[in-house]
Amino acid sequence: MIVAARSFSRILPLVLMIIIIVGLFSAFIPPSEITKFVGAQAGLTGILAIAVLGAVLHIPALISFPLAAALLQSGAAIASVAAFITTLTMVGIVTLPLEIKELGLRLTLLRNGFSFIVAVFIALIMGMIL
Amino acid sequence: MNNKDTKKTIKDTTSQKKAIRDYLIFSFVFAAGLILLSIFPDKKQAATTTAWSYFLEMMAILPAVMIIMGLFSVFISKEQVVKYLGKASGFKGVFLAILFGALPTGPLYIAFPLAAALIKKGARVSNAVVFISAWACIKIPQELVELQFLGFKFMGTRLLLTIFFVILMGILIERLAAQKKQKQAFND
Repeated sequence: MIVAARSFSRILPLVLMIIIIVGLFSAFIPPSEITKFVGAQAGLTGILAIAVLGAVLHIPALISFPLAAALLQSGAAIASVAAFITTLTMVGIVTLPLEIKELGLRLTLLRNGFSFIVAVFIALIMGMIL
Repeated sequence: MNNKDTKKTIKDTTSQKKAIRDYLIFSFVFAAGLILLSIFPDKKQAATTTAWSYFLEMMAILPAVMIIMGLFSVFISKEQVVKYLGKASGFKGVFLAILFGALPTGPLYIAFPLAAALIKKGARVSNAVVFISAWACIKIPQELVELQFLGFKFMGTRLLLTIFFVILMGILIERLAAQKKQKQAFND
C-alpha cells in the first residue's frame, strides 16, 4: 500500500502535466493541422516520422495513452498512433548506453533496430485492419 | 551493511530530487497554461473541458494500476525471475519470458541487468530479448490504461501483434547473434 501510494505520488505530476498539455493542445491546435501531419494522408512518411519521435522521446507509457487518445480523436490515423506508442515503449534512445553496458553493443543495436522495424509493421497492420 | 545503507539513502535522495523536479516542471506547465488561457479566453472552455474529462478517466484507472504495481514489486523478487526463467526452454521459456516481462515490476532499465543475468544463467538469447520486449511494451498496468483510453479493439489488436512480432524478433536476433559468435570462433 505504501509502495503504491509512493509510486502514485511520483507519477502524479507527470499525469497532471500531460492532461494540461492535452487540454491546451486540443483547444489551440485545430484537428485539420493534426490530420495533416499524422492523419491518413501523411502516409508512410508520417508513420516513420512519428515512429522516430516515439523512439527518441522518453515519457512513461502510462501517460502516453491519454495523449494517443487525444490524437486519435482529433483525426490522427490509427497507424500513426500505434507506431508512436510502440516505438515509445520498445525503442529507447535514452536508455541505449545502459542497455549497451549490460547486454553489449551488438545485441542492443539488433534489439532496438528490429523493434523499430517491428513497430512500423505493427502500425501498418493495425492501420489496415482497424 | 553500513555501505548498503548509505547506497540506499543516496538512491532515495536522487529519486526525491527527481520528484521535486517533476513537480516543478508540472507547476511551470500549469502556470504557462493559465497565462496562455488568460491571453486567449475564448479557448478556455474547450481546454478545461478536455483536460477535466481526461483527468476523470485517469483518476478512475490510476489507483488500481498503482496498487497492482506495488503488490507485484513486493511479492516477486528479481532473483525469482532469474531463477525460473534461466532454465526454462522451448515453448515454456517463451511463455514465461512474456509472463515475467508483463508483470508490473518497475521501469525498463531494471530489465537490462536482469536479461544479462538470464543469459549468463544459460537462458536463450531469444528468451532474453522476448523478456526485455515484454517488459517494455506488454506490461499489465500499461495494457489497463491503454484499454481505458484507446478501447478494447485497439489494445487487443496491438497486444496480439506485439506478442507475435516480439517472439519472431527474439528468434531472428538469436540467429544473428549466434552467426557472429561462430565467425569469431572461426577467426580465433
